[in-house]
Order: sequence, then structure tokens, then C-alpha cells
Amino acid sequence: MIPTGSHHSQARDGSLAGVGPSTGSHHRNPTPYSLGDSSASATRITPGNALRPEDIALAAAEGTAHPREAVAEYALRLGDDALILAQRLGHWISRGPELEEDVALGNIALDQLGHARSFLTYAGAAWGKSEDDLAYYRREPEFRSAHLFEQPNGDFAVTIARQFIAASYQYLLYRELTRSSDPMLAAIAGKAVKEVDYHLDHSTQWVLRLAGGTEESNRRMIAGLELMWPFVGELFEDDPLIAEVGDAGVVPSSLKEEFDRATAAVLAEAGVEVPAHPMATGGGRHGRHSEHLGYLLAEMQVLAREYPGASW
Amino acid sequence: MAENQPVDDAGQANFDAVIAKDSRIEPKDWMPADYRHALVRQMSQHAHSEIIGMQPEANWITRAPSLKRKAILMAKVQDEAGHGLYLYSATETLGTTRDEMTEALLAGKARYSSIFNYPTVSWADMGAIGWMVDGAAITNQVPLCRASYGPYARAMVRICKEESFHQRQGFEILLELSHGTPGQKAMAQDAVNRWYAPSLMMFGPPDADSPNTSKSMAWNIKRFGNDELRSRFVGMLAEQVKVLELELPDPDIRFNEDTKSWDYGPLDWAEFKEVLAGRGPCNAQRMERRRAAHDDGAWVREAAAAYAAKQSASNDREAA
Amino acid sequence: MGTGEVWPLWEVFVRSNRGLSHVHAGSLHAPDSAMALRNARDLYTRRNEGVSIWVVPSDAIAASDPDSKGSFFESPQGKDYRHATYYVKSEGVKHL
Repeated sequence: MIPTGSHHSQARDGSLAGVGPSTGSHHRNPTPYSLGDSSASATRITPGNALRPEDIALAAAEGTAHPREAVAEYALRLGDDALILAQRLGHWISRGPELEEDVALGNIALDQLGHARSFLTYAGAAWGKSEDDLAYYRREPEFRSAHLFEQPNGDFAVTIARQFIAASYQYLLYRELTRSSDPMLAAIAGKAVKEVDYHLDHSTQWVLRLAGGTEESNRRMIAGLELMWPFVGELFEDDPLIAEVGDAGVVPSSLKEEFDRATAAVLAEAGVEVPAHPMATGGGRHGRHSEHLGYLLAEMQVLAREYPGASW
Repeated sequence: MAENQPVDDAGQANFDAVIAKDSRIEPKDWMPADYRHALVRQMSQHAHSEIIGMQPEANWITRAPSLKRKAILMAKVQDEAGHGLYLYSATETLGTTRDEMTEALLAGKARYSSIFNYPTVSWADMGAIGWMVDGAAITNQVPLCRASYGPYARAMVRICKEESFHQRQGFEILLELSHGTPGQKAMAQDAVNRWYAPSLMMFGPPDADSPNTSKSMAWNIKRFGNDELRSRFVGMLAEQVKVLELELPDPDIRFNEDTKSWDYGPLDWAEFKEVLAGRGPCNAQRMERRRAAHDDGAWVREAAAAYAAKQSASNDREAA
Repeated sequence: MGTGEVWPLWEVFVRSNRGLSHVHAGSLHAPDSAMALRNARDLYTRRNEGVSIWVVPSDAIAASDPDSKGSFFESPQGKDYRHATYYVKSEGVKHL
């Protein structure tokens, strides 16, 4: 169903002629089996095999990936969440609290962007649109992201609080979505759940450290959680689309209990209370967004819209 | 750093023998203070360049015109953080901590490549930086994979492998633009015009004005002079620009049959010195951004260190 | 710069495939071993370089003294009889 594996024909670690380092032939050989210890290396690089947005676009072009309308609308929601979060996280690169964390947040942003591209490409297949058509040429009310993902980065604790909620939610969601009756959604979720598992671990580690570090970090972590928690509610709201999607999707409310239990366990270990604020009114799934999204879209879309129809 | 280290004849003899054999010096070997000093200077400057060099490209991550380009750019800027880290780590084996290096950078005592003091004003700059700036960097760095200091050479092997995609992605950005709309092509040509001379200056001043080059070459840290590498680089650009169907802003580029090397027009070294002296377009901005990230992150680093100390204390109590 | 915010240095070892040894990849800073492992994953395995990672505090590594290289590693020099190639009379004998 999904083509993988054979499309990496280009020499991945080659460089422009004559300027690449000579590193010995075994470095260039992505042989998947052991060649004995003489080939042990810490720099052997391979692209790996996984479902890529390009594979989905190809399947869409060939007509083998064609979601029904409701499934496409559903994929759009998941794709927009990931896209907006990736856009937010991308801003951290070169601004992290330590260089190692720049790299970590960069990896998470890239994972989210990958999920966004997959979901948007698949959604677009229903309407003859590309991922870029959807990302760059929709207006604000046409986006389907939840308010949580739109929230500004704030300080590192605010970003970690947003990450902790987002990853906790996405982990449960994607885990269930791997059983989707829609094979493409199941395949995208199969890749995404493993990556989000790490995002959850990353944010959990930081919740523990910030909450249990210094007085200042504890204060900031609590403030971050207080700021972000009201946006939890929207993530678990059901609506008529969910019923239409049926067993191709996941019923959001069905994840709430486990979300509450899992997040409460981490926060208990961190010694902080689960914020008790009332939940904010959402609306993102229906195009009613936070005040922040417009600015984010203006920045994200500006160049593409200056050159409509251009190729990059 | 061992500035006033005692004379060690056996150490010096061993060092000289290793260099003469073109073998590698390793961290715990005795080495001349000047050699250590030259390495710390060059390697930390290299590391700082990677880190400051993230900023001009990070400037376009949020505005990249397609999601594919956004992913590529994000991965590239992230790689630069990684490369800075590899180089800081390698420098730490010489007895200078990353903290000391960061302090020197923020205090304005350490340098980074001047090229990053130029602004990225259009998307095409992402292409020109990848093609020309990274191209120049790779030309410089490939010989460093054989530098006489083991940790530096090993870091460079890893960096060169990863950077091979950086130049290609830049080239492809320009290729797309030059084959796009007239507006896109003009954007590409403008970027090439602006980045050409600064990228040639990345090889450093002419050898005659470069006090460190001859010593570095004697120690097998550098393998080629600045002018030779620059000429080699011009030759590569001259060929590749034809594929792009763009022009280099230098009518004097030609292959010199007598010297078997590429000639090019005079470079404005006065401007180079101005930028180096801190009077470039973005010097203050780049430093401010680095300082802000460092200062804003202090409470996070403190928190993680405090948490680790508490955990280790409680583990000790449990063990007792 | 306060010393309270400086994270210790860790050495990173990566196993690139099952059946192979962990090989030194480089080092990094992290507040503790849990974060060191995660940072190592993010930094040193971005291109599928590894299937397993070790991290060791840099100051926990004891190294032989390079200055004593001459004497420390002299003994095995010249002991050809430890190597199969020393035994030439049996050359050509099958399965030996």
C-alpha cells in the first residue's frame, strides 16, 4: 500500500564532486547487517526507512490514497495541530537555554513538521491540493488547529508545559489511531506515535527538573502549567465530524481519562498540583482561533503569498 | 592552559616526531604551549562561527516558502548547533571549558567568522549561504579532517559528512529560483552578488598578511594556504554557476594556465577589516541574540543542575 | 558566570548496529545521566548512527599516561610467537 524503502537511490552522503571527505568505503555502505567489529563506527549515516510525506503525495497522485471527505477534514485537524506547533518550536532554534536543548527542540519540531506534512498531504488528496496549498493559502478561519498549539512560546517553562500537554495528548491519540480503519491514517500514526513517545519523555524529564530544581524554576513551571492548562479541554471535545469519521478516527473524549491519569502521575511526582482553572472555550476545530494565530500565519505565509504559484 | 609550562625536551622530541610522521597528537600528549594556544583559538573560533552562524538562517525558518524547505532549513540550522557542539567538545580536550569559551565570545574576546555579520534579507540568501558560504566552509574544512590534532580531525570528519547536504540544498534553492519567475531569478542573482565577495574572504586574508598561516601549516593543522584554497573555491563556483544560469559579480575570473590556478578580481579587504573590527551590519545584533539566549537560559541550566544535585544526594542517602 | 549552572561533561559511545562494539562518538554537556542519554540521542544519532548509546562522566575515565608510551606498550613488541604468521612450517596444511 505504502511504498517505502527503495526510493533512496541518490547517494545520501555524497557531496559536490571532489569536495567530500575521504572517509573509507565502509562508511558509505548502509548495509543493514553486521560486518564484524572492524566496521564499528559512530558516524555511519543512513536515511532509514519510514513513511514520508513524499510517499503519500505519490500515492495521492497515483490515486491509491484518496480519503473520503470526513477523513480528510479529520486529517486536517491533526495536521494543523502539528504544523502550528512545529512553527512555534522552530522559533526556539538558536534561542535554547543550552545548545544541547537547541538540538533537542529542533528534533521535536522536525518530527511535528513531518507529521503535519503527512496529514496535510493526505487531507489534500481529497481536494486535489498539496501540503503547501493547505499550509500557505488557507485563511485563518479555514485552519483547524486547537488553541493549545497556537499559544506563544513564552519562557522555556511555558514551552515545556505546552509540550507536556501536547505530547501527552498526541501520544494517546496516535496510539489509538494506529488501529484506524483508514490504512493511511494508521500508517502515519504508526510513525508518529514512536516519535511523540520521545517528545513525551523529553517534556516529562523537563517538568520534573524545572519543578524540582530551584525556587525560580519551580515558580516558572507552575506558572507555565497554569497558563496552558485551560487549553486542555478543547483537545477532548467531540463533535459531529468525529461521528462521521467513525472507526477511521479516534473519539477525543475517550482519551480524557487516561490523559488525566497519566499527567496527574507526572505532576504528582514533580510535586505540583494539576491546575484547577476552568477550561477555556475552544473553537479551533471550527475556525474560531486564539488571538495569536493570525500573527503566526502572517509570518508563515508571507513569502509564499508574495509569489503565488511559484515553485521553491 | 599551560602557558608557563616547563621545558620538556622529551615531550618536545615526541611531539616533533609525531608531526614529522604526519601522525596525530592526542589530548594527553605533551604539546608546545603555542600549539595548544593556536588550536584553542582556531577551534573555538570555528565553534563560535557555527553557533553565531545559526542566526542568519534561523531568521527564515518561520517564513520558509514551502514545508519541505522549512524542514530542510530547520535540519540545517540544527546541524549547525550540533557542529558547534562537536567543536566545543573537541576544544575542551585542550583544557578550556565550553563555559570559558562562551564567556570569551560574549565578552567580545573571541572571534567568529565575519560572514555571519551580514544580514539575510531574502529567501535567496538561504540558497547563496548554502552554496557559497557552506561551499567555502567545506573547502576549508575537508583538509582539516587531516589536522594533526586528533579530536579536531575527528570532529571535522563528522561535520564534513553532515555538511555535504548543506551545500546541495543551497544550490537547489538557487536552481529553483533561477528557473522560476523573473522575480525569483532576480532574487537569486541579487543574493549571489551580495554573498560572493564575503564568501571568498572566508578563507582569511592573503597568505602574505596572515600571520598564523605558516605556523599552522608547519604544525599540520592547516594543510593549504588561504590563497590556494580560495582559488580552488573560485574554480568550483565558476563551473557551478553555469548550471545555475546565474553570474558571479566578478569579470576577472579566469583559469590561469601559467599558475594552473584560478584568478579573480581584487577583494575589498578594507571592508573585511571593518566588519572584523565590529563595524559590520549585524555584529551587535548577533552578539545580543547569543547573549540573550545564554542569559535567558541561565535559570534553566541552574534548575537542571540543582535537580541533579538533589537526586544524587538522595541516592547517596538511600545507599547509606 | 555562576558555577551553579555549568553542566558536567559526558563521553558518548554509540553502537551502530547489533553485533558491533560501542564506539566513542564525542562528548556533550548534561545535568545528569538521564539527560545525557537523551542529549546524546538527539546529538549523535540524528542520521541513524546508532541502535544503542552509553554515556560516561568524562571525569570517570582513567587513561594510560601517554608519556610512558614507550615503556607501557613495549612488552608486546617483538613477541611474534603470539601471532599465527610466526608459524611458517605449517603453512599450506589445510584447516590449520
